[in-house]
Amino acid sequence: MILRDVAHIRTGDKGDISQIAVIAYDEADFALLARQVTTDRVSAHFADLPVRSIRRYELPALGALNFVLEGALRGGVTRSLSLDAHGKTLGAQLLDLVIDRE
Amino acid sequence: MSGRTIRIGAGAGFSGDRIEPALELVEHGDLDFLAFECLAERTIALAQAARISDPDAGFDPLLEERMRMVLPAAHARGVRIVTNMGAANPASAARLVARIARDLGLAGVRVAAVSGDDVLDMVRGGDFPLIDRPGTSRDLGDTIVSANAYLGAAGIVAALDGGADVVVTGRVGDPALFLGPMIHSFGWGMDDWQRLGRGTVVGHLLECAGQVTGGYFADPGVKDVPDLARLGFPFADVAGDGSALLGKVAGSGGSLTVATCKEQLLYEILDPGAYLQADVTADFRTVRFKQTGPDRVAVSGGGGGAQPDTLKVSIGYRDGFSGEGQISYAGPGAVARGRLALDIVRERLRITGVPVADLRCELIGMDAIDRTGRGAGAEPREVRARVAGRAASRVAAERIGAEVEALYTNGPFGGGGVVTSVREVLAVASTLIDRSHIAPAVHYEVA
Repeated sequence: MILRDVAHIRTGDKGDISQIAVIAYDEADFALLARQVTTDRVSAHFADLPVRSIRRYELPALGALNFVLEGALRGGVTRSLSLDAHGKTLGAQLLDLVIDRE
Repeated sequence: MSGRTIRIGAGAGFSGDRIEPALELVEHGDLDFLAFECLAERTIALAQAARISDPDAGFDPLLEERMRMVLPAAHARGVRIVTNMGAANPASAARLVARIARDLGLAGVRVAAVSGDDVLDMVRGGDFPLIDRPGTSRDLGDTIVSANAYLGAAGIVAALDGGADVVVTGRVGDPALFLGPMIHSFGWGMDDWQRLGRGTVVGHLLECAGQVTGGYFADPGVKDVPDLARLGFPFADVAGDGSALLGKVAGSGGSLTVATCKEQLLYEILDPGAYLQADVTADFRTVRFKQTGPDRVAVSGGGGGAQPDTLKVSIGYRDGFSGEGQISYAGPGAVARGRLALDIVRERLRITGVPVADLRCELIGMDAIDRTGRGAGAEPREVRARVAGRAASRVAAERIGAEVEALYTNGPFGGGGVVTSVREVLAVASTLIDRSHIAPAVHYEVA
């Protein structure tokens, strides 16, 4: 299965930082997400996204993970020449990350 | 939740947001307060640039339209309005709101302008380290056009305590637009971190308006949302302990669920344990949601710690120009012709000596926004070549679009639909300034 089968996503931005919240539909799947949606796998998935650092915050009470990708927006929303300067479409691109049933 | 509650509605989530959902809230939402959040990171720099050419300008371009639509109904029902539509000129915006109220026959409407966020003189006269890049404010020299601190709720509270029917601010933290009415109504202490943190949670849930009632959520077949063309904006019944019950007007479009609330709670959040606002360091980790009925969600938990010693300041500065051109190709071979077009433009800019930097050459439909590096699967039936770059002068930036347009007669077979653009780049850098140097000021206009 893919991430889209177990989680939904909201993407936000702050300056040069893109932020991707991954939220389990069923809070019981939090442990599955925590094990399989790692910073290494997210970095590898975004092979063409240059980032300075990637951090993951865990929110077990909400069944969610929050990824913070510094440097993802090429100088920030206000300077970026990207078609999607806010990086709003990034989170959706993570939805086909392969998740193993456990 | 027990005791008295107040109902606060969200009338806009960004400057260009739909207007009629706010009127729906005022007419059918039984509100006490209505807040409009209309000030994005760069908007205030654009507004300041407008004010430089006209001292009475520099506030939100939709202020008049919004106020003409909601003021009569708000006045009739006693709904008090809070908004950051003052942008770079809250005083001028407040004068306009008072004039509109008089035009509408609403004599006596009291309009407060909250200022104090404009720290342009302080930044121009000082040297402040930038927090989002190397260097200091001094390095930006005379390119600086604006500098605004993210104020907390204190100015809004003072204005409401002073009897304002409408409060117009410049830059404040977005949740403060909602936290202000809570502090005013419940008399929370400005060091009651727990309640200020919870109020900030509620403010954050409301500040993007339709983004918590099903906007920006739909994914057909997976996450369906009904009637997005008539999306209802949210309100919160806030209790004295900072817990709240979210809702929207019955019969409006959209849907309000635990899932839509979780998405909005985490929107634009970095460390969820330390959401930095001028009034409090809010903690979102212990927030809980419970669906209590159709389109009704209870919010509890959350908390906070001491406010930061510094306020975030956004510095707007002129950063040259960007130029862009796009052209489409279709049918068999479209991708190869699109790539050839990009190569030609890149070489033309080089051999004609156009001084452009950070040139981006990409195919929309293939690799313009995808960052996984996997590209499209089957070859698409159409692609759109896009070239964008940065230049110090408008003339140089215009060359980018001109070279794309020249592909009509000099480029690959079958190009069409050229669009070109040039814009001056107003960029934003951030610094931190000791909060003791910055204080809100309130003055009133009466219709």
